[in-house]
This record gives sequence, structure tokens and C-alpha cells, in this order.
Amino acid sequence: MSILVFAEQAEGGPGESALEVITKAASVSPVAVAYLGDGTNAAIETLGAYGAGTVYHLKGGGDLPAAAAAHALAGLVEEETPQAILFAQTYLGRDVAGRLAVRLDRPVISNAVGLDFDEGCSVTSEIFGGSRIVRTAFTGPTPYLVLIRPKSFSAEPTGGSVTRTETRTLPETGHAGSPRVIDKIVERAEGPQLSDAKVIVSGGRGLGDAESYALIEAVAEPLHAATGATRAIVDAGWVPYAKQVGQTGKTVKPEVYMACGISGAMQHLVGMKNSKRIVAINKDPEAPIFSVADLGIVGDLHQVLPKLTEELRTRA
Amino acid sequence: MQVVVCVKQIPDPASPSSLDPASHRLVRPPEQILDDTDRYGIEVGLQLGEKTGGSVTLVSMGPTGTMQGIRQALAMGVDKAVLIDDPNLIGADALTTAKVLAAAARREGFDVLVAGVESTDGYSGVVPQMMAELLEVPALTYARKIEIAGAALRVERQTSAGFDVVETDLPALLAVTAGAVEPRYPTFRGIMAAKKKPVDRLTSDDLAVGGDPRQQVVSVAPASERESGVIVADDGTGHLRIVEFLETAKVI
Repeated sequence: MSILVFAEQAEGGPGESALEVITKAASVSPVAVAYLGDGTNAAIETLGAYGAGTVYHLKGGGDLPAAAAAHALAGLVEEETPQAILFAQTYLGRDVAGRLAVRLDRPVISNAVGLDFDEGCSVTSEIFGGSRIVRTAFTGPTPYLVLIRPKSFSAEPTGGSVTRTETRTLPETGHAGSPRVIDKIVERAEGPQLSDAKVIVSGGRGLGDAESYALIEAVAEPLHAATGATRAIVDAGWVPYAKQVGQTGKTVKPEVYMACGISGAMQHLVGMKNSKRIVAINKDPEAPIFSVADLGIVGDLHQVLPKLTEELRTRA
Repeated sequence: MQVVVCVKQIPDPASPSSLDPASHRLVRPPEQILDDTDRYGIEVGLQLGEKTGGSVTLVSMGPTGTMQGIRQALAMGVDKAVLIDDPNLIGADALTTAKVLAAAARREGFDVLVAGVESTDGYSGVVPQMMAELLEVPALTYARKIEIAGAALRVERQTSAGFDVVETDLPALLAVTAGAVEPRYPTFRGIMAAKKKPVDRLTSDDLAVGGDPRQQVVSVAPASERESGVIVADDGTGHLRIVEFLETAKVI
């Protein structure tokens, strides 16, 4: 048995979520990684350290490489005959997995938070805001395609190394691969990032208006915390998308997550409920966020946050 | 410009959801509503249709029930509905769903095929990409702003770092995020007009899509609950409770 993992570059090397998937895959089987990015020695070494035995370095693919990457992966399936093809559930991961599913005519299971190869392959995922765990088994022919939510597994080096590297140039895909990227805009905030900050302070609709997001930033500063947001206020244009925590945004697992003016919609809970500790401030005592909070303050964040900021500044 | 928009009727998320104990499938009451995220796709479709003098058709798979959600879409201004309500498709996975919707879209003909990034009830988030592959068109997923640029479309796509501005020739698929546009509300005139709009009904046979399910839910269990926390009303010292909590957590 072997597992093929699709991995993409993020910030110079293999993305953290890809390394999580490779670590998990390597715990059950030999792993081949199809890596889309700069095939530097450092990148290949990193992939090996987390469990990749073989690396297929995918080169090219144009501005929107999903169609071409799916084409190349379909070719690798014929050579490797993997039992499963795993993807981190990133933007590109979803785009490639969807297209590959069609090419191979195999179903894909999304939102996996667990994976089991004891008998065939089964996938666990969460529904109803994480209140129920569903186990789904593949019942058809291999390979099984699975999209794995970031932070479902921890990325741990195994001390291994890559024994075989091959470069594959991505094929032309005609009209499907023809879009042109004419500009790339980076909105990434300075300072602590959602992916690795110990503390995250997030705001939602309860802030009332875009200007009140400054209250979130003020509390975050003395805590050296990253700032996050719900889909509602990102959609409303109050803060950039890069701050979104939840199903369509980032999955986070900080030491402390402080939810301010966030009701706790399912779409948000799935992105943060596995935080080690959760504090919630909300006016509505019935808000679902309180069901996952270790400390809940029923009150007006416009009162609580400035006083909290003040107190933290005095201590800092 | 001919636009086809994919929409889905879902159980009202404001009501408690439940699973059928035998099949583990989501219980779908007859009075399902339009998935809120689809209102954005419909608005994108309507604006593209209006700017180019084109038509907008919706395709939808699933139990039609009272048609509340479909009627809402027609009342917003969609010209025609194509519905695939087939018992053979109950419990269909994402790939089967994509095959059905893509076949219906192909049958109607389109320059732009619009869908939401993911549904609120199933959220597999791969149906648009699958449709694009089946139809051999570009997929501009996570689209948050759409403009017509001559014969092409110019689209802002969300990325993990910010966004890309991308241009594509047609035909193409757009998977739009909530927030791409401000969806309109149906007018009284629109609601009246919706009653006379054409509604086609197709089966999986009409679209030549079928096949046995290849995945099966084997168990559903309650998640391990977090230990219930302390909930206090703010009496003016709520901030001190938080400071104390942060100290215990050793982050200050």
C-alpha cells in the first residue's frame, strides 16, 4: 500500500498543512508527495523529514495550476497505484481534488479531521458545528480522495529522507488552464499571525461597526495576540479576508481564543472550537458561543474591552 | 451573455437539524429555504445578465418540496428554473451532484456558470471545481468581485495572503463567496412574475447520470463535549475575570 499526498508551497517551502498530512500518511504507509512549488533542495529535504519517500516535483502549470496539477496527478496514479490521495483542505487543495475526482471518477470526502486505514479507508468529520462526529467509509475502488482540514494532525519530523525525486512538467490544459493573473495583492497583517499566535482575539457582528474593530486590535497589542474575525464581518468588508476564522477561513488552535461579539455560528465554531481555552464576551446569554467557552462574560464588549486593554497595558 | 446559476434548497439553519437514524442522511423538510450563500451567486448572475442583455437560468438538484427557495430565486429575477428532483439521487455524493448539475448546465448552454463556494448544509466545497472539470472550463473559485472586461471577465479571487486579480475568457465557472455583491430583495412585481416563469423538470435518466454510491456513513456519534465553563454577567469587573483567566492560562 502507498499513499500519494498533494503538497503546495506556502511562504517559500512546503505549507504547514501539507506537512501535517504527510506526517499522518507516513504513520500508516510509504508516502509519495506531489509537490507544486520551487523544488529547492531545502523543500525536498523538508518533505523527506516529515515522511516523504518519493517526491514528484510539479513544475509550471500557469497562473491557475489546478487543472494542470489534477492532470499530472492522474498520471502519477497510474504509476504509483496509491490506495489514497490526500490533500490539505486549502484553496488549491480543493481545486485540485475536485478536478482530480472527475479525472479518476472517484468520490472525494471533504472536511476530514481523522483518517483510518484499519479496514479499507474511513474518514471522520464533524457536523452540526462540531457537535457530532461522522465516520464515512469508502466502499468503491481505490484510490480514495480525502481533503483534510488544517490542524487535524500535528506535523512532526520523522527523521526520514527522500530516496527518489522526479520532476514533472505540468501539461497544457487548453481553455481550462488559460486564465491570467494580472495582479497579486497581499493583505497580510503585520505582527502575530493566526497560524502560530498563542493568543487570538477575534471580533464579530457584535462590534456594531467597522470602526469598533480597533477595540480588538487594542486588546491584542499588549497580549501579542493575532486578530481574527467572523465571516460576517469579513463579508461586510470591515476587515480583510486573511483574518477570517472558520469553515471557509482559517482553522486555529491557540492557547487562548477570545471571541468578542461573536454569536458562535457553526461556520465559525468549526474553525476555533479546538482552541485550548476559549473566552467569550457577548451580550446575548443564549449565544451558542457560550457552549464552547471556558469563561463567558455576558456583557457589552464596548464596556469590557477598553477596561481589559487598560488593565493589560498597566501590567505589560 | 447566457448565465446559468446553481442553487440549492436547504433546511432552515435557524431550525434544529437532525439526521435520519437509519440512513444517517440530513432530514429535509418539505419547506426548505434558499441557501443564503446562493443569493450572492444569483445576484452575480443577474448583474451579468442585465449588463449584457442575456438570460439567467437556475439549475437545482434536490427535493423541490414547497419550492420556497426556487420561487425566491425566480422572484429575484432569474428567468427560468431547471429542477432535478429524483429519488434515485437522494444521498448523492459531491461528484454525482456535480455530474447532474454540469449535465443540466450543458443542456441549457452557458457563457458563465455560477455557483456558491460551498453549500451551508453539506459544505463539501468541491462541486464547482468538479463541474468545471466535467465541462472543460476554467474555474474561478473563491471569487469576491466580478467585472466584465470586454469579452472576458475580470475577477478578484481570495488567496490565503490576500487576493489575485484574474482574467478569464468565456465560457467559465465562477464560485462566488458571500460578500461578492449585495443581493437584491424580491419586489412585489418580481414575486408576481415568478409565478409565470418556466420550470423544467428533469430526471437523472434525462441527464444520463447514475451509479451506485461509493461512500457510506458507518457511524454518527456525539462529539466529546468540552467541560462546561463559567458564565458570568458583567458587573463592571468582567475584564478582571478575563485577566485572571489569562494568568491561569500563563499567556500573560
